[in-house]
Amino acid sequence: MIAEIGQFALLLALIIAAAQVVVPMVGAARTDATLMAFGSRMAVAQAALLAAAFAALTYGFVVSDFSVSVVFQNSHSLKPMLYKVSGVWGNHEGSMLMWVLILAIFGAAVAVFGRNLPPTLKARVLSVQAMIGVAFLAFIVFTSNPFMRLDPAPFDGTGLNPLLQDPGLAFHPPLLYLGYVGFSMAFSFAVAALIEGRVDAAWGRWVRPWTLAAWVFLTGGIALGSWWAYYELGWGGWWFWDPVENASFMPWLFGTALLHSSIVVEKRDSLKSWTILLAILTFSMSLLGTFLVRSGVLTSVHAFASDPARGIFILIILLVTVGGALSLFAWRAPTIRGGGLFAPVSREGALVLNNLLLTLACATVLLGTLYPLILEAASGGASRVSVGPPYFNATFAPIMVPLVAAIAIGPLLAWKRGNLKAATVKLRIAGVAAGGAIVITFIAVPGGPILAPFAMGLAAWLAAGAMVEWGSRIKLFSAPVAESWRRLTGLPRAASGMTVAHLGLAIMIAGITGASAWRTELITTLAIGESAQAQNYSLTLQAVENGRGPNYNFERGTFLLTDRDGDTLLMYPERRFFPVAGQTTTEAAIKTTLLADLYAVIGESRSAQDAGQKWTVRFFINPMVPWLWLGAFVMVGGGLLSLSDRRHRVGAPRRKQRPVPGVSGAPAPAE
Amino acid sequence: MKRKHQRLLLVLGSLGLVGAGAALVLTAVEDSLVFFYTPADLAERNITDDRLFRLGGLVEEGSVQQSGSTILFRVTDFTGTVPVSFNGVLPDLFREGQGVVAEGTLGTDGTFTAKQVLAKHDETYMPKEVAEALKNSGRWQNGAATQ
Repeated sequence: MIAEIGQFALLLALIIAAAQVVVPMVGAARTDATLMAFGSRMAVAQAALLAAAFAALTYGFVVSDFSVSVVFQNSHSLKPMLYKVSGVWGNHEGSMLMWVLILAIFGAAVAVFGRNLPPTLKARVLSVQAMIGVAFLAFIVFTSNPFMRLDPAPFDGTGLNPLLQDPGLAFHPPLLYLGYVGFSMAFSFAVAALIEGRVDAAWGRWVRPWTLAAWVFLTGGIALGSWWAYYELGWGGWWFWDPVENASFMPWLFGTALLHSSIVVEKRDSLKSWTILLAILTFSMSLLGTFLVRSGVLTSVHAFASDPARGIFILIILLVTVGGALSLFAWRAPTIRGGGLFAPVSREGALVLNNLLLTLACATVLLGTLYPLILEAASGGASRVSVGPPYFNATFAPIMVPLVAAIAIGPLLAWKRGNLKAATVKLRIAGVAAGGAIVITFIAVPGGPILAPFAMGLAAWLAAGAMVEWGSRIKLFSAPVAESWRRLTGLPRAASGMTVAHLGLAIMIAGITGASAWRTELITTLAIGESAQAQNYSLTLQAVENGRGPNYNFERGTFLLTDRDGDTLLMYPERRFFPVAGQTTTEAAIKTTLLADLYAVIGESRSAQDAGQKWTVRFFINPMVPWLWLGAFVMVGGGLLSLSDRRHRVGAPRRKQRPVPGVSGAPAPAE
Repeated sequence: MKRKHQRLLLVLGSLGLVGAGAALVLTAVEDSLVFFYTPADLAERNITDDRLFRLGGLVEEGSVQQSGSTILFRVTDFTGTVPVSFNGVLPDLFREGQGVVAEGTLGTDGTFTAKQVLAKHDETYMPKEVAEALKNSGRWQNGAATQ
């Protein structure tokens, strides 16, 4: 019964979404306030109905209603409750339902919080948002119905893939989707503005918080997914340049560019056409990502069972959405008036450079990700290739180096016309920090890759540069402490957010450098009582015991790790066997210290004739990996700090006064 | 600075960057393409160079052996069979009779030395290339391999 209610709510949501496409659009064209107001109500109703459908599916999972096909295939009565709930989105149908639910929630958020938007723009945004909603709701209803019943109902389910039974992965898809789908807001605003034929600074101010929120979610989602792959797959790696990973990374790159270019639109009323284009491209990447993940056209280590017919449906949605938006752009963009002029060396110029480099980086990732498809299509299926990490490392890293170097300089330049010499003088400390980091790394880790110390220097340059900029805003050391304090408390949170996010990036670069340059890996087989050496550590297998978890059996190794000073540490990696799924998972034992992760994995055991039972053991020393997660965490923190800025808060500032293009109401940032 | 100067600078700047990017891509893509072959392909094409490639097929039943930390098994598509050696921890879903994709090089003795054996998160998942290879050799029925 509950499932039928969910089904009904889903169909009703589709119908309402279809109406929401037409009614507000017509209302905006006729400037009919009643019709436009209807748009908001429908957006809220659509979100409520989808929430009901989602709740119905969740109920099915919680009470283990195996007459629902999706529940049967992805759940089991013995599963812990957390994974029964996360099983809702741990499968294709449920995750698509979550996709449209989030889309509808964003739409409803505009309806509810967008009171200060011009009514026609708001109506058009809701209409565009509903167009995307209709496409994906039709996709769900016609190809991936989550409420399909089974008759007769099976006695028990087949269980969720054990790899997904993990807290990291329980929360990874919702965050990722909030990010992916969050960029639909920027897209809807861009298309609505094109229809409206007007883009001004106010538009930039409305788009920015939505983009920022989506960016924060996506950053968190990608980091969480990477962290999960790191500790759950037991390979000791955290990023594989796999198509599915790239699918989430490409919207991030474009989204980051969009975040920065929308600042120029807001503050300087410039780069408007480009920002609109970027908003369209960012969401296109989200759709492309959904297509790549859901269609399985690319062989991915993260791939789940997938159905090509569904892929074609998403591909059509992708082509219509992107094609339509780009055609509209080609038609209307020439009517967008160019804004303020700026010199190449200026804040705008730096943000343009940021955009160019990020776009270029995204283009190379896109090319590498799609190349196997292109080649296979071109050769008629005869040549099948994959593009490996070396390609991405060789193209991505050289593009990031100038970008990171420029990040420290950009914020120190004034709008319109900057003084590069003054900025470099201010950055002397950062130069010293970078040099110091290079020398220290060189001495501390001799014999590593020659480029690694320079990458550390770059991280130090960025971190120190961010601090210099922050210090100069509050006149740290150059003014009395009281004055600095006054400036600090008056500093817009968006400005502090930027500093924090850039610091996070610096920490992350240090982490990436360490993790890729100085990793130590040991693979061996050990019998009980045997030892192996890895760098400064001696690893001894002391015991192996068997036991039972809630829905699995495990084999747990006890390892004694002794370092050169005689300090010891016990590690307990596990192998878990899930009888329901007939599948084994690896639980790595990870000991995190400030500078490195010690990472131990116990593999299968084999009986050798001469030595009795032996276990395959894998041991990694992963330097700096904790910094990666810390960096991502700090970046998210910076985004949240910026998002909490009063000026971003939707509906809070200046409800009566109409924003004047090119004039930002906030105090101009210190220059 | 006039508007057209600003535009010209932007266009020149982007062209320069795109050129540099294209150069990067072209140099990188040459060295990092990894081709995919099935055992049948290997028999046909007589591959001898030491380039990295991916080998896909099913793990032959009863072929998995361990010697020290090295694991030996055979990959088959029922047309050809290739012995594989791998020094490492196999992914959790590695099993006899299941699909597998290994990345590595082919030695002169015909043994494939795998640097990496790819794991799939889902045991019902069959790598696309393996599924196609099985279809080509007529061992694919009702969406699953027959033994």
